[in-house]
Amino acid sequence: MRPTQTTPHTAASVPPTTATQLPQLGAARNPGTALDMAWVRSAQANTSAIERRVASLPGRRSVKGAYQAAWLARAVSCIDLTTLSGDDTADRVARLCAKARQPVRADILAQLGLPGLQVGAVCVYHEMVAPAVRALAGSGIPVAAVSTGFPAGLSPLPLRIAEIEASVQAGAQEIDIVISRRHVLGGDWGALYQEMRSFRAACGGAHVKAILATGELGSLRNVARASLVCMMAGADFIKTSTGKESVNATLPVSLVMLRAIRDYYQRTGHKVGYKPAGGISKAKDALSYLALVHDELGTGWLHPDLLRFGASSLLGDIEQQLEHHVSGAYSAPWHHPMG
Amino acid sequence: MRISEIFETMALGPAPESAAEAQAWLQRHSAGFGHFINGRFTPAQPAFDSTNPATGARLARLSHAGQPEIDAAVAAAGRAQRRWAALGGHGRARYLYALARMVQKHARLFAVLEALDNGKPLRETRDIDIPLVHRHFYHHAGHAQLLEAHFPGQGPLGVCAQIIPWNFPLLMLAWKLAPALAAGNCVVLKPAEQTSLTALLFAQICHEVGLPRGVVNIITGDGETGAALAAHPGVQKVAFTGSTDVGRAIRRATAGQGKALTLELGGKSAYIVCEDADIDSAVEGLVDAIWMNQGQVCCAGARLLVQEGIAETFLARLRARMAKLRLGDPLDKCIDIGAIVSAQQAQRIAQMLATAPEGSVYQPAQPSLPEGGHFVPPTLVCNLPQAHPLMQEEIFGPVLVACSFRTHAEAIELANNTRYGLAATIWSENINLALGLAPQLVAGVVWINCTNMFDAAAPFGGLRDSGFGREGGPEGMAAYLAPVAKGQPAKPVPAFGPRQGATPASAGLPAIDQTQKLYIGGKQARPDSGYSQPVYGAKGQLLGHAPQANRKDLRNAVQAAQAARGWASSSGHARAQVLYYLAENLQSRADALAHALNDMTGRRDGMAEVDTSLERLFTYAAWADKYDGRVANVPLRGLALALRGPVGVIGALCPDDLPLLGLISVLGPALAMGNRAVVVASQPFPLVAGPVYQLLETSDIPPGVANILTGQHAELAPHMARHAGIDAIWGFSNTNLSADIEAASADTLKRTWVNNGRNPDWFGPAGAGRAFLDAATEVKTVWVPYGE
Repeated sequence: MRPTQTTPHTAASVPPTTATQLPQLGAARNPGTALDMAWVRSAQANTSAIERRVASLPGRRSVKGAYQAAWLARAVSCIDLTTLSGDDTADRVARLCAKARQPVRADILAQLGLPGLQVGAVCVYHEMVAPAVRALAGSGIPVAAVSTGFPAGLSPLPLRIAEIEASVQAGAQEIDIVISRRHVLGGDWGALYQEMRSFRAACGGAHVKAILATGELGSLRNVARASLVCMMAGADFIKTSTGKESVNATLPVSLVMLRAIRDYYQRTGHKVGYKPAGGISKAKDALSYLALVHDELGTGWLHPDLLRFGASSLLGDIEQQLEHHVSGAYSAPWHHPMG
Repeated sequence: MRISEIFETMALGPAPESAAEAQAWLQRHSAGFGHFINGRFTPAQPAFDSTNPATGARLARLSHAGQPEIDAAVAAAGRAQRRWAALGGHGRARYLYALARMVQKHARLFAVLEALDNGKPLRETRDIDIPLVHRHFYHHAGHAQLLEAHFPGQGPLGVCAQIIPWNFPLLMLAWKLAPALAAGNCVVLKPAEQTSLTALLFAQICHEVGLPRGVVNIITGDGETGAALAAHPGVQKVAFTGSTDVGRAIRRATAGQGKALTLELGGKSAYIVCEDADIDSAVEGLVDAIWMNQGQVCCAGARLLVQEGIAETFLARLRARMAKLRLGDPLDKCIDIGAIVSAQQAQRIAQMLATAPEGSVYQPAQPSLPEGGHFVPPTLVCNLPQAHPLMQEEIFGPVLVACSFRTHAEAIELANNTRYGLAATIWSENINLALGLAPQLVAGVVWINCTNMFDAAAPFGGLRDSGFGREGGPEGMAAYLAPVAKGQPAKPVPAFGPRQGATPASAGLPAIDQTQKLYIGGKQARPDSGYSQPVYGAKGQLLGHAPQANRKDLRNAVQAAQAARGWASSSGHARAQVLYYLAENLQSRADALAHALNDMTGRRDGMAEVDTSLERLFTYAAWADKYDGRVANVPLRGLALALRGPVGVIGALCPDDLPLLGLISVLGPALAMGNRAVVVASQPFPLVAGPVYQLLETSDIPPGVANILTGQHAELAPHMARHAGIDAIWGFSNTNLSADIEAASADTLKRTWVNNGRNPDWFGPAGAGRAFLDAATEVKTVWVPYGE
């Protein structure tokens, strides 16, 4: 068995882009705007057309050879390596953090010419924040905490806000909040805006990702409008799902959210990040998401400061694909150290 | 490039599809291709090359079919046809099924070969063209199987000459061959000279599945070959897809030859974006509308009409999207736009674009492109007056012209302000709006919140200069079938002359003179010429005088008919009531009319004519609310509605021998289906017009819906055929004017239905057959995807 724990990288061995994955590295955070209801109501999303667009995407954007290897490595750099289980322990989280530091076998990374590759962040529940911060010390990898009564978001508002503050206190640099789906389903956009504003305020310097739980919003039009409202209220990222809904990240939902991000950027000049989460488990899927972001937002969004994958098993498949790229032979899961 | 660099830039790289298999197939035929005639390839006599538009490299050497080859191919098809028809629907279904399977088995080879030969991206040939091809053969294997049940009394036409274009080479082959073969016809097909290769590979497959010799013949050559094939006397049907000019030439060349004809021609289709649309999806739709196949698509959404309130943001987003489109090697699986089919076509596009004023053209900057290829970047042209040729003419390239509209009514006006009528697209999230606009668009296909959707079960075809006939579904099958009963010779019926003393001098007071007039716009009108013609009975007695209509009377009648457009949107129920009422009134005058008819014709079947006319009116009153469209069963979450609507204004020359029944047999279906009619009554027996218009006047028929002229058929027919305001012309005159009508209709590409010297038995069921309802309706396919 290969050791799962690796020594922290020194600053010198880490390429500049992976030295830190804090969001909004090169740009000001999204301060939000006033709630613009005319804008929100004008947002449309035609489901059939959106489905056709994403269905034709894999046929239009094929990434092969060295390009595929580079794109998959880029996907790794954008992973929020996640464990959100009731049986999480400090040791389990430490193992995951070790994997975050060395997500792909060093010999493979050496051959790819990407020796310092790390994931985007480690994502845990509040109780696991402190162990994760300890385990990641010196790596530059931020800890993200799911919060606000994750996944349902139905605990009392003061407790949800207190939860954010506690996680920030414990060292979380990113907070993944869940919105109240009932505000969307009831069309109470003002309430959603206020809720998001208060979460953002509670985060302070930590960056906030707004989980829309798109599988529970009823329509793509609601997804588009909820995306806009959360961005107006100051979200740094918008994120599809908790991973706990029956339908999580999909390409149609992603297209709607990416278009909302583009619209928001064009109107306000603020770049908001995107995080699809749940259900992305294959390297091929990751390539489709990257291609979609590439085409809809551009290469500027293909970095961990504006793109994350919320995933636990995706990394395993990418590792095998990367080994195949350097060896020419198909790989197996047990060739790669687990996290 | 190093992986670490790509990791930073996140550039897209080449993703080439191998052409090895296709090149090996071409290599095996490096001596050149012959024609596929009578089940085998003729020896190659290379006369011209097929080249790769992306590189200019020669792919293959092809033979040019001259008259001897055309004769051989038509003769082979003629010899094979009877046995092929006799094989029955099930037998033909087996062959079509085998063809579908074989296309599927060789799907990638076809896709790569098509991309090499045509220059379109492999993504399209692989994901669109070839899947639609085997879908088409599967679907039509089913039509063969069900033919006897679905089309009783119908049979094949014989030998079909099929001439197809270069933009969808194998797909157009499938659209042409599959229904023709399913119906029991045999075929001589000529692919475009630029793109013959997949047709030749298909010929090989026909051989492999053991298709009987002569059932499919494929000959290669240029427009000269096509023209000679279409004109060949051994051909009973011509099906052409291509340019409007060539379509016109074929119409003229085949006039009077008794050939069935369908034409799928050009277009300048509108793409309407309303302010409540999903703007990003509508922008993306344009990628499929005008940049699919480099815009070389007859139904391409080439005219963008965007509502003023969103025009600025829409165009900004569109330009941003255009900048993301990747142009390049068609075999690269990571490009959006390939090569223009030929240097000639690329030059034509460039020449047209050169007429655009400074500053009106946007083309995103392009990285380096393959050398030797013909590439045109995606192009947007704004701020041109409607009269500019770029706004009016089909460019057949990746060029979108844009303008804005204020109201939905204005959008419809702009969309319909064109000679073409192929397709249209509407984007709106409001179902009331979208479904309300669709019927107002003059187009054979309307796509709502989607574009360029095709399926074997959904009829496709155009109006106006975009041609006539439908392909796909049972409507497309009908274009390859005809009633087995061939009707009876329509012999000329001379008018009776005067005979001395035949009109006895009346004792006592003379009868009050009755002046018959023309019936135009609900009014009795004197003829423009000021001339009337005496009309005599069989015994030479003077029966009265009939006005002689000329082209100005025709013009006035058409004007009146056009103004009566409310009839088209009246309900079937309302039209039925009017026709029943007409029957009621006819009955009350039955005796007098029967006597008058006997006087006119010198026969004794006047009462039979009246009775059958009554029944006929009942038949069409019954049909008025029953000749429905259908929901085509297409693979889509949504509806593809094949709606049946009126043709518009129908001009008709009535049969001569049965003055009343003939007139009613023409007027009945036209009016029942919502058309307005301008009919010329029986030439020898024009005095039927008076009693009939008196009936019309008393039967609540709105003014202008039915207009009746009397006069010389031969004089009026060409004016009717050339009148741009008449949408279809029916020629049932016993004077055989079929050739004149068809030739004169070429300018307006009017739908013609001529008798070629044979009329149906007007007293029998054929006198009120489905053919009348089909001719009185146009099919419009409206695609409505749905789902939140």
